[in-house]
Amino acid sequence: MTNVNEKRKEWEEKCLKPWLRKTGQREERFETLSGIEVKTVYDPADIEHIDFLRDIGYPGEYPFTRGVYPNMYRGRLWTMRQFSGFGTAEDTNRRWKMLLEEGETGLSTAFDFPTLMGIDSDDPLADGEVGKVGVAVDTLKDFEILFDGIPLDQVSTSFTINPPAGIILAMYVAIAEKQGVPKEKIRGTIQNDMLKEFHAQNTLVLPPEPSIKIIVDIFEWGIEHVPKFNLISISGYHIREAGSTAVQELAFTIADGMAYVEAAMERGIDIDRLAPQLSFFFNSHNDFFEEIAKFRAARRMWAKIMRDEYGAKDPRSWWLKFHTQTAGCSLTAQQPLNNIVRTTIQALAAVLGGTQSLHTNSFDEAWALPSEEAVRVALRTQQIIAYESGIPNVVDPLAGSYYVEWLTDKIEKLAWRYIEEIRKMGEGSMLRGVLRGIENGFFVREISDAAARYQREIEEGRRIVVGVNKFTIEEELKIPILKVDPEVQRRQIERLRKVKAERDNEAVKEALEWLRSAAENDENVMPPIMEAVKSYATIGEIMGVLKEVYGTYKKPIII
Amino acid sequence: MEKKIRVLVAKVGLDGHDRGAKVLARFLRDSGFEVIYTGLHRTPQEVAMAAVDEDVDVVGISLHSGAHLTLVPKVINYIREYGGNPEEMLILVGGIIPTDDIAELKKMGVDEVFIPGTPISEIVDFIKKKLPEKRKGNER
Repeated sequence: MTNVNEKRKEWEEKCLKPWLRKTGQREERFETLSGIEVKTVYDPADIEHIDFLRDIGYPGEYPFTRGVYPNMYRGRLWTMRQFSGFGTAEDTNRRWKMLLEEGETGLSTAFDFPTLMGIDSDDPLADGEVGKVGVAVDTLKDFEILFDGIPLDQVSTSFTINPPAGIILAMYVAIAEKQGVPKEKIRGTIQNDMLKEFHAQNTLVLPPEPSIKIIVDIFEWGIEHVPKFNLISISGYHIREAGSTAVQELAFTIADGMAYVEAAMERGIDIDRLAPQLSFFFNSHNDFFEEIAKFRAARRMWAKIMRDEYGAKDPRSWWLKFHTQTAGCSLTAQQPLNNIVRTTIQALAAVLGGTQSLHTNSFDEAWALPSEEAVRVALRTQQIIAYESGIPNVVDPLAGSYYVEWLTDKIEKLAWRYIEEIRKMGEGSMLRGVLRGIENGFFVREISDAAARYQREIEEGRRIVVGVNKFTIEEELKIPILKVDPEVQRRQIERLRKVKAERDNEAVKEALEWLRSAAENDENVMPPIMEAVKSYATIGEIMGVLKEVYGTYKKPIII
Repeated sequence: MEKKIRVLVAKVGLDGHDRGAKVLARFLRDSGFEVIYTGLHRTPQEVAMAAVDEDVDVVGISLHSGAHLTLVPKVINYIREYGGNPEEMLILVGGIIPTDDIAELKKMGVDEVFIPGTPISEIVDFIKKKLPEKRKGNER
């Protein structure tokens, strides 16, 4: 490496500096979107400390930097999974069938805010929100309509759902039973990640400790009953959307993952049984190489953590499998077609980073939920990458790039620094550390500060957003916008009333009483939730019992 | 000394997206406004009550939930009900709001709607210019 170092010095003096004196540079300092300073050029000396076999290696083998499967997309492409849902179950069922017909390979459910928060459509707090940002679900009846004509032994379904995650899982299991599909065979994911709700996404119902207790209940129950189902999607996506840097997204997500594993181990759950049912969810933002490096670093970190810190024995337990969504916060309302280009770059980063499934945002999403045309373009973007670009034919093609390897290592190191800080807050325990960080506002403050820094850069014109603070035009919006039928709320409430009138209310009462006693006596809440769902208890009724037993949470205000 | 303009930054409804509201609150404060932030998940009644109790000049409502056509008029009506005068205030809305709805909101008494990507400096300028204009207009 002496030769390289000498040559580099010589190049800087004799080639670069005279050139700079003549031409200057666009910036004093170049940095990634997350503020990591980057040099003009990278060379072998920058990755001298990285050992190929130890740190990079081969795909499908520890530390999985290059991917969890040996042949990655040469075997199977990533799952093209568009997050979608609006209006009633009928509306969403129709959109899903359109997407499947157009070549989507997995479903992903967007629920409306009342469902996300675990309240019923006829609750006064739900007024105006029913069916708006996703599909309205109150009871199993809605799920029957949602999955009408969709065979659960053939598709996998992801559910973005958190406080009521156990209820939604129970509904899915009930639908499988009705379809005659053994629950051991159903595939899919519930998000079920409350920690990031406290940090960023704010779908908050129960306090942190009981939230974790219920998540571990779902782990315990899910390992036995739905062994092919991802019981959690440990999510950095929302942390990033709330304004964090890539490093914070990675570090806080991995920290949350560690907290969940520790909580499960405290319960006595065998880590090698749980690990295959854990999954992750990351954001893919604008800085192409930084995102790729983040995904690669994430896999390497998780493998080390699971093997070396928690002692998982099965190599399968060391995998970090993840879903990616392109960055919603990067979309602009101005010149909306530009969003197709942004999304394409972000999707490329996700594929080059080895994602297992991908959602591409639609170009109209700074205005409304996507129209059919817009979501079609988003799906086609993935299909063009998959079938026309040649990118999926070679595993981890950027490995060995001086810059990408340096940046992967750099991001990993910065993320570890945060993890150690959190561990210290928990006096050695990541679980306590994360809970402490929620209590004292650590996560919220870190993310808010980063969001403000980003905005300041835009305000001062130091960060250019094309079409927003540069290259702007006078324009009239000409894109078609999806309108949710204003009758949805009335129709949904009507259906809810009908279900309540027709169900066996005695059975509902018994199931809810069983749930109350399970919650009060620190037993697993999943068996009574399963029973309650099958008796057509509403999400609001089930969450209502949990709220009465565990209390509710109000987030402290930190701006 | 001139009295500082008092701004209520509000999150109404079930929507948890608070990045915009918080960044706005911070920047308005740094631009010399007196800022009160409601925190998350407020009902229209709570927002209106805060606007009246705090005697604010500007109410900025942030929504990414699509529920704006239901919740925003409720806030305005409750302000009136609780003895405030929305004609003396600037009522602003920010978030994911389709164009047709912007016109609708303005008919309901909203002074301006700011879409994603709006520079905060634009909001600051709007408040400084429009608040005195609106109040002067009322005197005539």
